[in-house]
Amino acid sequence: MGWETEYEGFLAMLDEADSELLATEGAGSEEIKAFLSEDGEARRRFLKQALIAGGGVAAANLLLSYRLNLFAQTVESMASRSSSTVESAVTIPITLRVNGKTHALNLEPQVTLLDAIRERTGLTGSKKGCDRGQCGACTVLADGHRINSCLALAAAYDGVEITTIEGLANGDQLHPLQEAFIKHDGFQCGYCTPGQIMSAAGLLKEGCPTGMGVRECMSGNICRCGAYNGIVAAIEEVRGRQA
Amino acid sequence: MNSFTYKRAANEAEAIREVADNRSAKFLAGGTNLIDLMKMNVQQPSELVDINRLALKKIESIPTGLRIGALATNSEVANNKLVQEGFPVLSEALLAGASPQLRNMATVGGNLLQRTRCYYFMDTAFPCNKRVPGSGCPAIPGFNRIHAILGASEHCIATHPSDMCVALAALDAVIRVEGPKGARSIAITDFHRLPGDTPEIDTNLQPDELIVSVDLPSSAFAKRSGYLKIRDRAQYAFALVSVAAALDIKNGRIEAARIALGGVAHKPWRSTEAEKVLTGAQSNAQTFKAAAEAALRGAVPQNHNAFKVELAKRAIVRILNDVSGRRVGGAA
Repeated sequence: MGWETEYEGFLAMLDEADSELLATEGAGSEEIKAFLSEDGEARRRFLKQALIAGGGVAAANLLLSYRLNLFAQTVESMASRSSSTVESAVTIPITLRVNGKTHALNLEPQVTLLDAIRERTGLTGSKKGCDRGQCGACTVLADGHRINSCLALAAAYDGVEITTIEGLANGDQLHPLQEAFIKHDGFQCGYCTPGQIMSAAGLLKEGCPTGMGVRECMSGNICRCGAYNGIVAAIEEVRGRQA
Repeated sequence: MNSFTYKRAANEAEAIREVADNRSAKFLAGGTNLIDLMKMNVQQPSELVDINRLALKKIESIPTGLRIGALATNSEVANNKLVQEGFPVLSEALLAGASPQLRNMATVGGNLLQRTRCYYFMDTAFPCNKRVPGSGCPAIPGFNRIHAILGASEHCIATHPSDMCVALAALDAVIRVEGPKGARSIAITDFHRLPGDTPEIDTNLQPDELIVSVDLPSSAFAKRSGYLKIRDRAQYAFALVSVAAALDIKNGRIEAARIALGGVAHKPWRSTEAEKVLTGAQSNAQTFKAAAEAALRGAVPQNHNAFKVELAKRAIVRILNDVSGRRVGGAA
């Protein structure tokens, strides 16, 4: 059975689950509807990629458990919002500019740039690893400089030009760093890769201070698979071509 | 993270007023330390006043030396030509700290106000006199490999985590601040505090005072200066021990010297004892060794960090050897 057949099967399963959720009345039902319509396309894309990569059943299980969690969280947050002990959330208007597109959002002040990008623009390439600025999986460019988007408040980056991994390629033509990472096998599981590539893109722009090598200039990105040799080779190749 | 209100300040006066009016408000600059601590509930401000758009980013020459705006990022300062030529120890210290991403976010003002990385302070499951005054210090009977060996108290043995501040201590930096009562200047050595019986207060800056710049006086010793950081891995780790050293050498004789240590005390530790040994002496290995002994004479190690005493001595000798041999303005 090819991934296409499996994909169709999972889609039917998801659609059935969706219609059950949509039939739910009462607290949280509006949020659930909004989530399903906003997120449907992204979920389908994720599932397709996972199946192509051979992660079929595990991916589908992950997706289902993710959705059940989200469902539970939505109901919980609705319940807490209606209770008088919790202050109603105050949102502020933010203009998020990501990969040349403008998103007018209303966000609570504590929303990080990473969460705003992932949850509100549908761009899930930037990853949440440690969520503490230690692993670099969330690296994006802000006005051309690499930063940890998990330690940045979205509100503070109102109007700032953000580039994520989705904005690096030129249409179907991969960025030289993306090509080099593939050529040199600069990854295994791939979770840190968007952050690694965005950090490398920042490095190419900033340059590496005298006396420092690529390894030192990439010290903010951790790869638990240990694909460092490939990562360094990929970046060195692109740097060499630039010089 | 607890919820809070967010306000972007249009100018310095508005930022100061906003924080002065709310005792639990905080200024937000790079946020690399504050947001992290807020995620762990170590700090819970009710309001953040975003100062990132204020015009405090400039790095400029002034008649006495260099003025660095409080919002200049660590990267901007480290890569600035005027800093690299006139105050190399500052550039070296900044590049030894954090990661490229964090250096692009973190500011000079925020770096001065970094909180300790003591693991008991960072974990709300433990008591901590710095976090909850009077609750006790679990580091003293606990695991204290990374803690202080100089200037600690029975209430707190935390260390200051900054590399930049160690360099500033060796450069006689002056911190310019503005508050509701007006502007004032604070010498770097008076800026941070020893823990004493009030470890909850890190600095002598008032909560409603805003750092506006760091001024560095030019000097011959600032030009011949360097930084050595010893840590558990090659990059991206806090210092076990670090040394900022600056020397003015004429005909083999040390005319002026500055030594400051990081990773050993609650504040960047300027060693006037070592400087006394160096000043007027011949620039050689014997002098450097004597200076290192003088710097660590008062050290009181904890159960797990006696190694820092010897490590600090050797680091002092090594960086003095390095700095004394550097070519500065054509002279060796």
